[in-house]
Amino acid sequence: MGKAIIASFKWLGFGFLDPLVKLFQGVEPKKNGGLLLKKVIIPILSVLIFLAVCNFFSQYLYNVERERKIENTRATQGEEAALTMQECIDSGDLSCKPNSLPSPGDVWHAAQTLIADHRLISADKEAFKEKTAAINAQREKQGLEAIRYTGRPSFVDQIFTSLETVFAGFLLAAFLAIPAGIVLGLSETLRSSLNWVIQIFKPVSPVVWLLLVSMVVKTILASADMDKSFVISFISVGLCSMWATLVNTSVGVSSVDKDYLNVSRVLRLGVMSNVFKVILPSSVPLIFTGLRITLSVAWMVLIAIELLAQSPGLGSFVWEEFQNGANDSNAKIIVAMFVIGGIGFALDRIMMLVQKAVSFESKA
Amino acid sequence: MEVLTEEKIMLECRNLKKAYPTPKGDFVVLEGFNLEVKEKEFVSIIGHSGCGKSTLLTMIAGLNDISKGSVLVSDAPIEGAGPDRAVVFQSPSLFPWMTALENVLIGVKQVFPHATTNQRNEICKYYLSKVGLADSFNKKARDLSQGMKQRVGIARAFALKPKVLLLDEPFGMLDSMTRVELQDVLIDVWSKEKITAIMVTHDVDEAIFLSDRVIMMTSGPYAKVGDVAHIKLERPRERKTVIEHPDFYKYRQHLLTFLDH
Repeated sequence: MGKAIIASFKWLGFGFLDPLVKLFQGVEPKKNGGLLLKKVIIPILSVLIFLAVCNFFSQYLYNVERERKIENTRATQGEEAALTMQECIDSGDLSCKPNSLPSPGDVWHAAQTLIADHRLISADKEAFKEKTAAINAQREKQGLEAIRYTGRPSFVDQIFTSLETVFAGFLLAAFLAIPAGIVLGLSETLRSSLNWVIQIFKPVSPVVWLLLVSMVVKTILASADMDKSFVISFISVGLCSMWATLVNTSVGVSSVDKDYLNVSRVLRLGVMSNVFKVILPSSVPLIFTGLRITLSVAWMVLIAIELLAQSPGLGSFVWEEFQNGANDSNAKIIVAMFVIGGIGFALDRIMMLVQKAVSFESKA
Repeated sequence: MEVLTEEKIMLECRNLKKAYPTPKGDFVVLEGFNLEVKEKEFVSIIGHSGCGKSTLLTMIAGLNDISKGSVLVSDAPIEGAGPDRAVVFQSPSLFPWMTALENVLIGVKQVFPHATTNQRNEICKYYLSKVGLADSFNKKARDLSQGMKQRVGIARAFALKPKVLLLDEPFGMLDSMTRVELQDVLIDVWSKEKITAIMVTHDVDEAIFLSDRVIMMTSGPYAKVGDVAHIKLERPRERKTVIEHPDFYKYRQHLLTFLDH
């Protein structure tokens, strides 16, 4: 039982929890206690210290901002107005709250607001669906398009939109980079003749990719009735992130163990079975390493691209909040930051699991 | 007196040369190497490390270019590598992502393209059972021990029904216990199939135990045949009787004296 728990924890990448399980079972309390301290308690403490430092720093920035606001009021409107301002700020009134780095508490509060907001919008959507169900059924019969909910998307909706975009971009990257990488890996000539393309395009910033892609997509999809900003952003994400997979695949394919190739030569395997039965399986670990990097790059550039392309998602959420300048906007941006980080971490973990599952290396 | 002389020549090396170009001129590993191997003969090539015996074997296999001279199998010059010259590599070189059965099957498919799936499976299972892996057909190659991997390597080579079997220090990476086990496995399977075999080794006892003839190569560069020992021990051989045979020590002495120089 305990072993199964530990094994599943390890598999999920929560190996650091196994001293805890062992402690509960009373196995080697001294050693596991030490491990628990090192792997669980100290990390938790470090999070707490991080929060405390943030809190302290935001407090400090708040005070600086508060003093400046009061001083400004004093300079422009006189002593009395300054006193009123001071009172207003200290009473916690939102109308005169200094705009600075939000404290961890503010961020927590903003997260709750966002969730509440999501519930509200979801309820609204449900109500809308119910209300329009009858009409939409009728419109469908007449061959008309259904009436869609056009209200503001909630934070959670934005997350899913971003995930969709990154997934589309990731698939595009995989579909482009893996076959191209295989071809490059197989042909020394192609590899050296196209090396400059890879070296030049690899470091190009996501912003430039976005502009380049929009130049092309704008023309091609000029008349097409579809969401251009989505197309532009997922293609840009794909193009930005595909290079790791391309390079890793070509390296994997070109560096197949010589022994395997000798076996393949002795058996006189055809080109196809050589590629699909020998070369590809043996480069799978490297291909997946590439895909893992691709996914994390895709997620990282996605935010920047959404922000610029005005395509819905977390990136535009951050941008809108920044432009918005409401008193909890800063806190919401930080919530988004943690959500982005958390999702990036989760995606990486998922890829790591896939990578482990497909790797043929001995587990020993 | 020798019956073998009447049999036909299966493999012939004519005036073989291997040279690697270097900035200071060619580095000649091997030159003027001649060898005739009769059908159903088991020949071992023994020599010091780096004398070029592995190079010779890979040239016969077609995995290494021939600088001069030729290799003929059944009187026809070889063209590249092929399943008529099956190789048992020093590192088993199994595909780790495949099962033991699949590793053998991939070769059998090439050699018997017209056989049914069932027939092919039967061939593979037969040879895997012969090397003692009857209950490991579906184990992934990566989960097998080094000794078991080499068993699969032997099964894979025999299953190809090659004209010539090439063994490149097949037991070099194994511990001595496993090596002895696998020598027994090899001689067992070989006795039934009698495939013309050339084995490279630097284990004197192994060479005597398995071969009809031991070729002793001089140290390189410019390696060539230094001496030949005909091992006239009766077949089928068993380890115990071979070791107790009075001639065994004579052969051993012969080989060791050569290698001492």
